Amino acid sequence: MSRPTRIEVNCETGVETIIELTDAEIAQMEADAAAAATRRAEEEAKAAAEAEAKASAQAKLAALGLTADEIAALSK
Amino acid sequence: MPNTFTLIASSTVGSGGIATVTFSSIPGTYTDLCLKLSFRDSSANDRRILFVRFNGGTSGYVDRSIRGYNGSVLSQTDNGGPNSVAVWDMPAANATASTFSNIEIYIPNYAGSTNKSVSADGVGENNAANGAIAGLTAGSSTLTSAITSIDLFASANIVEHSTAYLYGIKKD
Repeated sequence: MSRPTRIEVNCETGVETIIELTDAEIAQMEADAAAAATRRAEEEAKAAAEAEAKASAQAKLAALGLTADEIAALSK
Repeated sequence: MPNTFTLIASSTVGSGGIATVTFSSIPGTYTDLCLKLSFRDSSANDRRILFVRFNGGTSGYVDRSIRGYNGSVLSQTDNGGPNSVAVWDMPAANATASTFSNIEIYIPNYAGSTNKSVSADGVGENNAANGAIAGLTAGSSTLTSAITSIDLFASANIVEHSTAYLYGIKKD
């Protein structure tokens, strides 16, 4: 499998060069991606749990007889 | 307020894609920098983050983002930190074919001697019912020297036909 590469554009000369990533750059890239994926999954799971709790609360309020407008007014 | 845009350099990703697009030897003669990007990520996802790094530094970054996707709005913290600033969002391999993002990254006072700030907005096209993705990001770096290089990278490859334009901005 070929190594990942990067384009480097020298802004002084305008010369564009394709360069293979070093082992350290590849390791950094993989670590960055893994860390970001973890944070992202955690935050999306948290958001999903909050949305589920909100829907549950709204259903309970509706069961008590509140109208949709009244429930919506509570969250403003 | 800086009000003139000058194209400093641009790049179009070729066949096979690329892991990183780097603008190097950025001249310090402007007030601000602005990047205009049309990127797509190659990974098997519907969307992916773009990461931004200055002068090759791998620490000292923070970012705060608001994202809208699939009918939800999320606020997120340090998705790139502390190693980079994360910018939302590129369509990836599971998004509609041949769709790309529209991302703008603005870096004021890039040649100054204080910490650097970054603002970014991005929209990733995905022609599906729940596929719209958009994000606003505020970020910073503790870098106190002039920004002379910018790395743009994804968790996988940035695909062929992606484009990056770097503009310098200064007052008339």
